[in-house]
Amino acid sequence: MAKAAIKAMDATRVHPLAGQSFGGPNVSIAPAPEAYRCSLRADARAVPSLSKALGIKLPRSAKQSITAADRSALWLGPDEWLIIDTHVDPLDDLSKVRVLHSAVDISHRNTALLVKGPRAADVINAGCPQDLSLAAFPVGACSRTILGKIEVVLLRTDVDAFRVEVWRSFSAYAFELLSTAASHN
Amino acid sequence: MLLIHCPHCNEERPELEFSHAGEAHIVRSTQLTELSDEEFAHFFFYRENRKGVTFERWRHTHGCARFFNAARDTVSDKFLITYKIGEPKPKLKISTNQNKKAAS
Amino acid sequence: MNAHAKVQPNRIAGHGRLTPANQTRFTFDGKTYGALVGDTVASALIANDVHLVGRSFKYHRPRGIVTAGPEEPNALLGIARDVTRHTPNIRATTQEVFDGLQATSQNRWPSLKYDIGEVNDVASPFLSAGFYYKTFMWPRKAWDKVYEPFIRNAAGLGHAPEHADPDHYAAQFAHCDVLVIGGGIAGLCAALKAAKAGARVIICDEQPQFGGAFHFDVDAQVNGRPGFEWAQETAAQLSEMDNVRVLGRTTAFGYYAQNFVGLVERVTEHVSAPAPGTPRERLWQVRAGQVLIATGAIERHMVFANNDRPGILLASAARTYLNHYGVAVGKNVGVYTANDSAYLAAFDLKRAGVQIPAIVDVREAIDPKLASQALELGIRVLTGHAVIAAGGKLRVSSMSVSKAGGGSEQVIPVDALIMSAGWTPSVHMFSQSRGKVKFDAETNRFLPGIYAQDCICIGACNGTDDLGQTVEEALKAGENAAKNTVARPKRAALNVKTIGGESWNGNMVGAAPGAEAGKVVKAFVDYQNDVTAKDIRLAVQEGFHSIEHVKRFTTNGMATDQGKLSNMHGLAIAAEALGKEIPEVGLTTFRAPYTPVTFGAIVNHSRANLFDPTRTTPIHDSEVALGAIFEDVGNWKRAWYYPRAGEDMHTAVNRECKTVRETVGMFDGSTLGKIEVVGPDAAKFMHLMYTNPFMKLGVGKLRYGIMCREDGYIYDDGVVGRIAEDRFHVTTTTGGAPRVLNHMEDYLQTEFPDLKVWLTSTSEQWAVIAVQGPKARDIIAPFVEGIDLSNEALPHMSMATGRICGVETRLMRMSFTGEAGYEINVPADHGRMVWDTLYATVNAAGGCAYGTEAMHVLRAEKGFIIVGQDTDGTVTPHDAGLGWAVGKKKEDFVGIRGLQRPDLVAKGRRQLVGLRSKDSRSVLDEGAQIVADAAQHDKMIGWVSSSYWSENAGSPIALALIEGGFDRMGETLFVPMPDRTIEVEVCRSVFVDEDGGRVHG
Ligand SMILES: [Zn+2]
Repeated sequence: MAKAAIKAMDATRVHPLAGQSFGGPNVSIAPAPEAYRCSLRADARAVPSLSKALGIKLPRSAKQSITAADRSALWLGPDEWLIIDTHVDPLDDLSKVRVLHSAVDISHRNTALLVKGPRAADVINAGCPQDLSLAAFPVGACSRTILGKIEVVLLRTDVDAFRVEVWRSFSAYAFELLSTAASHN
Repeated sequence: MLLIHCPHCNEERPELEFSHAGEAHIVRSTQLTELSDEEFAHFFFYRENRKGVTFERWRHTHGCARFFNAARDTVSDKFLITYKIGEPKPKLKISTNQNKKAAS
Repeated sequence: MNAHAKVQPNRIAGHGRLTPANQTRFTFDGKTYGALVGDTVASALIANDVHLVGRSFKYHRPRGIVTAGPEEPNALLGIARDVTRHTPNIRATTQEVFDGLQATSQNRWPSLKYDIGEVNDVASPFLSAGFYYKTFMWPRKAWDKVYEPFIRNAAGLGHAPEHADPDHYAAQFAHCDVLVIGGGIAGLCAALKAAKAGARVIICDEQPQFGGAFHFDVDAQVNGRPGFEWAQETAAQLSEMDNVRVLGRTTAFGYYAQNFVGLVERVTEHVSAPAPGTPRERLWQVRAGQVLIATGAIERHMVFANNDRPGILLASAARTYLNHYGVAVGKNVGVYTANDSAYLAAFDLKRAGVQIPAIVDVREAIDPKLASQALELGIRVLTGHAVIAAGGKLRVSSMSVSKAGGGSEQVIPVDALIMSAGWTPSVHMFSQSRGKVKFDAETNRFLPGIYAQDCICIGACNGTDDLGQTVEEALKAGENAAKNTVARPKRAALNVKTIGGESWNGNMVGAAPGAEAGKVVKAFVDYQNDVTAKDIRLAVQEGFHSIEHVKRFTTNGMATDQGKLSNMHGLAIAAEALGKEIPEVGLTTFRAPYTPVTFGAIVNHSRANLFDPTRTTPIHDSEVALGAIFEDVGNWKRAWYYPRAGEDMHTAVNRECKTVRETVGMFDGSTLGKIEVVGPDAAKFMHLMYTNPFMKLGVGKLRYGIMCREDGYIYDDGVVGRIAEDRFHVTTTTGGAPRVLNHMEDYLQTEFPDLKVWLTSTSEQWAVIAVQGPKARDIIAPFVEGIDLSNEALPHMSMATGRICGVETRLMRMSFTGEAGYEINVPADHGRMVWDTLYATVNAAGGCAYGTEAMHVLRAEKGFIIVGQDTDGTVTPHDAGLGWAVGKKKEDFVGIRGLQRPDLVAKGRRQLVGLRSKDSRSVLDEGAQIVADAAQHDKMIGWVSSSYWSENAGSPIALALIEGGFDRMGETLFVPMPDRTIEVEVCRSVFVDEDGGRVHG
């Protein structure tokens, strides 16, 4: 077979929840648009250089995230950030950084659900034991946590909106749990 | 469900995010092969399993993913303190009293 | 609706809060009855003059409704909506009537009025406390055939539903500053005060309407409004506030550590046609800054002979039925009391036109105000008297009254009898919170003493009986709760002025006159478990001196009502028999749940697909399209085999195995665990974590690694690739992925924190497609860019990065089949495209997709182990024949010291070898035991860990762990089976391509 045939192949990504969505009066649940994701690990010393390379100031304490344009950086642990970008691969920006760090591509490991609406927090609380009030979990707050029987990363993008990052094979469970909770709210 | 204070996240988080990871302050020798059979058995197999205040390891598995240490009273199931790995074992006055009470 | 159903003889016009026009219907034991919307099954039955609703647990005595609330011990019914919705043991006093509700009595056969089990009542001298313990001990063989069936038939209330529950149950975690348990005046005042100060408040009450005691107490006024109306208005006001969640029909059932409280909300149990999508119940798991316990008090019954006859009930219940439901409990109602509050019930009934032949009060002196009120109403009051027995059987017909100290007896005909021995504060939640109660000798009650958690008891559950004091206490608690939990509490005025409120003066605990020690009467302490005053004395007599033991011997307080009525009486009788004070005998601890909780609420969303996550690989849909049959591997669905038309599993697997060795096969290995190890110390870390040497593994090379625990036993295995000097691609077993990462993180964070290395799970980043077989290279070559596939450039156990089918790949030349082949890692979202593309070529070349079963056979033909199948947590690398993978020159690795333990280096350990069946036909059972002597089946020397038919070998093959196995080559051993003994020969664990040349092809 000619190499030319390769070019013709469809290299668009297949979202594990393609075609799934839930719309209710108080909550809607939809797969997030595809994104680049990077698991970034580094000691505190490296943060300024990494922030500069990423063009975004890596948050330094628990539950904090920062979003600028298409890029978000979520604090997951004292030396761990999840970088999400819907247009540019953060790994490209990090490839030039000399300071000690680890950057691993997890674009395809995770997928995400967007949960929106006045009851969004209640619906997520069907399986998430954290306090999601605005006082305890304000807009921009993020956390790795539990949703029912799986692990997720939660990011509050707005008063009534959350991004639920989940490993792709758990996304069907996450979607079904959230939509079941939403339809029985 | 308990609330456990994670010394890295610096807040109390639901127990569901954590996993227990056995007794704390057991040091793995850098000269492991030099240990006698008995010393190795004490290092790897024997545990205090104390009634009362016990020092143990936990991991904020589904949170910041860090291991940390905790002092917990196994009678009241109350955490007395949690602290980072590498920090010294805290001296707790309460421990002796509580253990006495538990034993009586 | 037929006219008959409308007649409710005990419904009193102009009384109660239900609307006469809102008629509804239900059935009880098949008969249709009329009811009003808002009725409970109990109030509706009494309205229809039905008191007999069940048979008791042990003696099968006729039983009626005793209470008007969740403390009900007797009136447990089966409640059904339709065939699939039947719930046993529902308290008639809490179940609201809805149109079409079907109620059935329990524990009776063949009918409620004639029950054959009643013989137990007559035979009761033989059925005293401890009877079961003593009688059914001997002879042993009688147990299965006689005793157990008898007990099973006789015991147990109701019968379990036979159909799957068709309803959905929801769940929610909730957080608040202040949780208020109980929606009486105390709870409402506290909640409103805290909410106005800015606290996030949740208030729950188990009843459909808030108001607590105002359900029956119609004399009290709050802020110039009748108490009940004030309560409704206040609940409505709370509902309007953004920072308050008001939960009616919601029971706080469990109080756990750190103010974690479980609530169950009954969402549709009262609705005739629940709206689709509405859950039947909702479990709330609430974490509160502070909990305010406002759970009120429960009235106690009087303990006298035959106090269980239908028609005998608590005074407050009778008052609730009248004032809330507009139902009189009888036409001629006797009153027996040790407490003031029963008078108020009597007065209300009398004013409603009910005859009150007498109020019998064990006290010598009563409040003169009550006496004069009784006189005014024309009610005879017999102070210093006792009801020494009730007459009647299926319904109370009389009360026998005499002077409390004995004397002549007068029999007064009644058709109902109401009673009050006083009020027991509901300290259940407080006790569940691990708080310690203290005994108040003056009022004979246990009250909250030492607090263990951040909670406060207010109102009647705290022993505060006076209405005005209750309000004061509640407002203060609400204010303090807000102060303690809100950063900047708002100042908010809240005035609550009360007038009236009933007096709870007077009480008694223990047996009433006529049921004292020595009297052979059935004076019930615990209705639900049929425990009498006599039983408790017997327990003491038999040597049980602690209340915990008395309780277990008699089962007092151990029924589903948890002794809400009986605990205090039981305790008092035991104390009296022991000659001790009540606090010396002790109160048993209250445990969750406060009232029974359905499995539905506990399980909630976790049913069917949500019982456990089902994980599928990115290639799953293509496998479905190819007709794969799947097997569960942990939470994963893995393609097991791909049957073609007419093939069974055996033929499909044989074909797949042959095809891989003869042409080419494709396998979805995406479930493999993957960890990326990155950092300058990555090699050092790998060197420590695996038994193998890793320092010198070249970039672009693969190595099979074994991971041990510190004890030297195999923990996991997998192939490791070095992507760069500072980057490894580690694979783990499918099931081992999370624990291997945890194990690595544990060592990295706690033992080797100075190593500059980080770990990231990439299990799901990569889809893995194995292409294995002689044609593997030909298959993939046209699609690969940027990688030289020649044997020289990419030999067995090496890897390269490049592109395949136009997408990024980590291409690994490796084999778990023994054939030349590749494991192609591509980003998961592209997995299906790459699989479909390659499959078309594989198929055209005569190859096929193979599943996990063929994979297992192929690897067993080569003797490759599967951790967890051929190892059991006590197998060392040496035992598994993998000693070559343990670095001899290493100074340290996890397991190095464990492997030196005497037992692990001793002779005679079980070692992994191959087995051939001598008849060349018999496929051994996995797990089968192996013996050396065909005549001695009980001396096991090992077991079969893997066993298959190998089409490639043309014979059965097996792996087994056998004592001293490596030294037994060629020996004949035996596998005893139930029908025969199979002779086997020990061999090397390689059955195909013994010299291993094919992987290099
Ligand atoms: Zn943490």
